[in-house]
Amino acid sequence: MRLLNKLNGRRIAAVLIKEFRQIFRDRVTLAMIVGMPIMQLILFGYAINLNLRHLPTAIVDEAGTSGSRQLLMDMLATQIINPVVYAESPQQLIDMLRRGEISVGVVVPQDFERRLDANQEVAQVLVDGSDTVLQSAASQLAQMPIVQGARAAVVDNNLQSSIPLPSARIDVVSFYNPQRVSAINIVPGLIGIILTMTMVMFTSVAIVRERERGNMELLITTPISAAELMIGKLLPYGLIGLVQTSLILVLGLLLFNVPIRGSAVDVYLATILLILANLSMGILISTRAQSQFQSMQMTFFVFLPSVLLSGFMFPFDGMPKAAQWLAEILPLTHFLRLIRGIMLRGAGLLEMWPDMLALLGFILLMMTLAILRFRKRLD
Amino acid sequence: MSASEIAIRARGLSKDFAQCHAVSGIDLTVERQQVYGFLGPNGSGKSTSIRMLCGLLTPSAGEIEVLGLKIPEQADILRQRIGYMTQSFSLFSDLTVRENLEFLAAIQNMPRRQAARRIDELISEYHFIEQQNQLTGTMSGGQKQRLALAGSVLHQPELLFLDEPTSAVDPESRRDFWEKLFELADGGATILVSTHYMDEAERCHRLAILDHGLLVADGAPTELTDVLDGRILKVRAKRPRRAKQVLDNVPGVISATHIGSTLRVLLDSKQLSKEVLKRALVDRQISAEIEPAQANLEDVFVAVTDKQTASAHLANSDSEEAR
Repeated sequence: MRLLNKLNGRRIAAVLIKEFRQIFRDRVTLAMIVGMPIMQLILFGYAINLNLRHLPTAIVDEAGTSGSRQLLMDMLATQIINPVVYAESPQQLIDMLRRGEISVGVVVPQDFERRLDANQEVAQVLVDGSDTVLQSAASQLAQMPIVQGARAAVVDNNLQSSIPLPSARIDVVSFYNPQRVSAINIVPGLIGIILTMTMVMFTSVAIVRERERGNMELLITTPISAAELMIGKLLPYGLIGLVQTSLILVLGLLLFNVPIRGSAVDVYLATILLILANLSMGILISTRAQSQFQSMQMTFFVFLPSVLLSGFMFPFDGMPKAAQWLAEILPLTHFLRLIRGIMLRGAGLLEMWPDMLALLGFILLMMTLAILRFRKRLD
Repeated sequence: MSASEIAIRARGLSKDFAQCHAVSGIDLTVERQQVYGFLGPNGSGKSTSIRMLCGLLTPSAGEIEVLGLKIPEQADILRQRIGYMTQSFSLFSDLTVRENLEFLAAIQNMPRRQAARRIDELISEYHFIEQQNQLTGTMSGGQKQRLALAGSVLHQPELLFLDEPTSAVDPESRRDFWEKLFELADGGATILVSTHYMDEAERCHRLAILDHGLLVADGAPTELTDVLDGRILKVRAKRPRRAKQVLDNVPGVISATHIGSTLRVLLDSKQLSKEVLKRALVDRQISAEIEPAQANLEDVFVAVTDKQTASAHLANSDSEEAR
């Protein structure tokens, strides 16, 4: 069939030039290409901080000894809690917690010194358990080596049952991101998110639009082959993807000091793999979608699970098995492992060959399906 | 007629879609350097036939030979030798006139220098000198259609397929457009054009009338109208609406149509005389003058698409004349 004919460079160049002319004339698309990475980078980098600090807190110190004050000072020094109101009794704390005035309450009982000697829980941290992120932040607080000799604290989950924590202190040590800056983790992931969104959408819309406007009917009566048309249409978007990647990398470095610990070549190689995967998915969508609106819908059908399951938003290991299997199908999941490995852990691309292989397999499958379906369309 | 004088030959051409028979058993012969028309209402199978002839659709049955090439097998080669103009504007509305032509030239793999010369030529010939850097999306229907024609003849194809090219343009642009078509035919091109305008059909060298996927008549426009000689009557009556009701019920009358204050009556044979009609009208106390009239393509169209009587009738007499 025509697809296997020799590729003609002149024709591919003609499609490519035409595509670039159209992109540069379309202000909205152009703004999306440049604006979206910048906006998302700033949004995710500054605003979304999963590492909580300065939680509104009330403290009741019933002991009032130098030891208890030392304990509280150490707690405040973590910056996780921020005393905002004054409380006199544990009961008052619970009331404020219920009304949502505070997120955390700390109670040091009268017999603080005796408990310290007896190796019992020396203080109680009350936390609004309805927000799991808050809860984990508070347990972080409780698990910190607060005062010499203090072994444990109690996290009261739902304000009813007190569940004692294991008395052994758990020391949380964060590798690769000791300051726990979210941006460092988010910026590499953001490359994947933006490429998934724009690449799939742009290609599928670009092809469907030509069909909607009748351009395709004209093109298939000319000698241009399906492969020439595809390559000419995809190259510009692939290049745009690389521009977006560079934009995120540079801004990430300037604004958040996100390092590239591995090789930049590996970063771009991994990115090219993701771009190819997304472009081929975009073509596949375009062969199914009847209108630009439909192709947008289908893009989001792929995009949402990518964001939620890939490990960008929530840790992969924390998801149920079924969700993990589903996530393994998504190219973004594999890309995130690759890019985080390269940028943050300084790993080489080849060291992570299973994820590379998965991406390659995905590209191969999508391309095959897309070409099979695209052929039918030409008839 | 030798094979080299024939541009298109199709035998038993059929196309079935899931729900319908779009085209059923069409036989077609188009000579070179002719303007050949496809006349038919929407859904009569004009577009489907054209798409099969240029290899865009695979026929369900039948044989096609275009410019000596077997279609759809050799459609790839054919694509370099034909021009195709779609029903709706199919160039890129966000490119300029010149950019669109440049794109098409590259797609046709024309050598750069030749392409540049040809584009300049077309831009002046099709009156786009002042608009060559205008985005095509901002142009009028007539201009777009002129540009589409320029685009389809850019690589100087031997054969041009035009699918209802004038359905979205004003009468004056249509006239100009048809002048261009005859210029192209004079220059050696063969043109297959579909239309549902009778005046356009009348200008074709030859014509095929399609209805419900069937080829119900073909021939030169005058051949087709000559068949109806003596079967068209003009009726001038006091109360034309009442007269129409009466005439519609006279056996042998295919149709009676209002044309201004007169009625145009199409008979299914010459045998039915105007006296019969007159008597029918007088019986109902309607006085009328009746005189014969010249048949036109609209009458042919009505006659051949009339289900009970005409198709057999005209097809017979047509094939007799052909012999």
